[in-house]
Amino acid sequence: MSTTASSAVSVTDLSKRFERGDVLALDRIDLEVQPGEFVSLIGPSGCGKSTLLRIIGDLIRPSEGDVLVNGKSAHQARLDRDYGIVFQDAVLYDWRTVVKNIALPLEMAGWDKQRREARVREMLELVELSGFEKHHPWQLSGGMQQRVSIARALSFSPALLLMDEPFGALDEMTRERMNNELLRIWQETRSTVVFVTHSIAESVFLSTRVVVMSARPGRIAGIVEIDLPQPRSPETREHPRFAEHITQVRRLLRKGHALDAPEEDETPLYVAEEGL
Amino acid sequence: MGRVWYELPMSTAAVARPVVEPRRDALRPALRSAGFSLLVLAVLCVLWEAYKWLGERLELTRPFPVNGRTMPHVYDMVGQLFEPSRRNGPLLIDVLLDAAVFTAREAAAGFVLGAAFGFAIAVVLSESRLLQRGFLPYIVASQTIPILAIAPMVVIWVSPKLPESIAGWGAVAVISAYLTFFPVTINTLRGLQSADPRAVELMRSYAAARWGILWKLRVPASFPYLFTALKIAAPAAVVGAIIGELPSSIQDGLAGAILNFNQYYITSPESLWATNIVAAALGILFFVVIAGAERLLVRRAPENVA
Repeated sequence: MSTTASSAVSVTDLSKRFERGDVLALDRIDLEVQPGEFVSLIGPSGCGKSTLLRIIGDLIRPSEGDVLVNGKSAHQARLDRDYGIVFQDAVLYDWRTVVKNIALPLEMAGWDKQRREARVREMLELVELSGFEKHHPWQLSGGMQQRVSIARALSFSPALLLMDEPFGALDEMTRERMNNELLRIWQETRSTVVFVTHSIAESVFLSTRVVVMSARPGRIAGIVEIDLPQPRSPETREHPRFAEHITQVRRLLRKGHALDAPEEDETPLYVAEEGL
Repeated sequence: MGRVWYELPMSTAAVARPVVEPRRDALRPALRSAGFSLLVLAVLCVLWEAYKWLGERLELTRPFPVNGRTMPHVYDMVGQLFEPSRRNGPLLIDVLLDAAVFTAREAAAGFVLGAAFGFAIAVVLSESRLLQRGFLPYIVASQTIPILAIAPMVVIWVSPKLPESIAGWGAVAVISAYLTFFPVTINTLRGLQSADPRAVELMRSYAAARWGILWKLRVPASFPYLFTALKIAAPAAVVGAIIGELPSSIQDGLAGAILNFNQYYITSPESLWATNIVAAALGILFFVVIAGAERLLVRRAPENVA
């Protein structure tokens, strides 16, 4: 594994035990994410993938282990506003217009009005929502709301974007459009993305690596390197290796289920890029 | 780079619902609902008169005997407003409007005072579970004490400390505030805690401190609750002012008029009824002002507007 200093995210021997019910949500997780990577976390409900994302964002504390973001502690990284986060629901503020929603993190970071306005204009162009500046969230469709939420997360140019099933609530058509959109934004902004999803196809289509997790306790069942040409396009889904990767992920998920029975010395399985 | 977005026939503009321009469009439904309210008022007046007519014909004695004293004609109550209040005196409506303006000043001051105090308490309590547990029972208890019982003390405590010009009605405003703050505190507290937990996480991801989360998230999130409380508190402030005038021996307000016409109820019941109409109108006016402010200030999805 590469050196911690250059990693965007470095998770070492991380466990999370929830006090209530004494549930082991995450069990000795090790994960390195390199700058510019697009890494998906996929697994059954209760595998702790959202918990892992929140720990990386210092929104909850791990029970054991270390998390470094850009070489700093997760806590320091949060205070330095090193990441933006997007949830399954857009979580927009009803009382703010689109413009003001996007400007919120900039306000919190103390940007002056002129700089904020210029930046918000750029972000609106990035997510192709120019013309909707004065709309309130409830006047937008679900997909548009989520684009506002992405613009908000990216407004202060964080190096890292954390996404927790951001398109889970959208219909299939909108979801595919949003996937294409997200990849375009990812390439334009050159940010690192950690992306939690339930969808195998989505994870393969978007990612450079897919981290497959198993449930109870949450562990990494394996990691699949996605060897598909960049930039991805709708045709990527028809690429012969696309189906192969989906099979790989599905197998790992099934294997993860077999891990339900506690096995003490399970080491993560790494699938080599060429081993197809 | 392929902008797949635009290859799809569904343009973003088609997806969006049309922009609502609340203020201009809202005027028409507002007028319509006001018209409907007047219609309901007319129906109530007709029912009153119908019951009176029937009650007198059937000589009802239960729940109370119906006659001109227990149930004056609606037109007599309204007509009384335009009779002289006493021989060669000004019209009753002029007397009552003066009294209403006097009481309205107390009520408005009390409302602002109470709302600000109630809001401030809610903010403090929302930041500490311990304070909340410790103080909330006493805030509730404060409302179980009859306002008539504490009004004299408030007058004695407050009046001497106020400048001469407001010493009289200043104490009444404080009593009115006492009735106002409670619903504001309870509802705002609820509202401050109503923020989406993920919105709080979002604020933390921006490295927002407690203060930032409070002002940028919790306070705006509490506004619909706050305005629900203010709409309860506004008429209550009027009632509080009227009740506060009684032990303060203030004659210039509506309480003076009510006391006065109480004494003459046997000979002129319409005068008291007319006074009640004016007092009710003042309460409604207070409510309407707050409801109007809410329309202007609280921007919410239509289904979330209380």
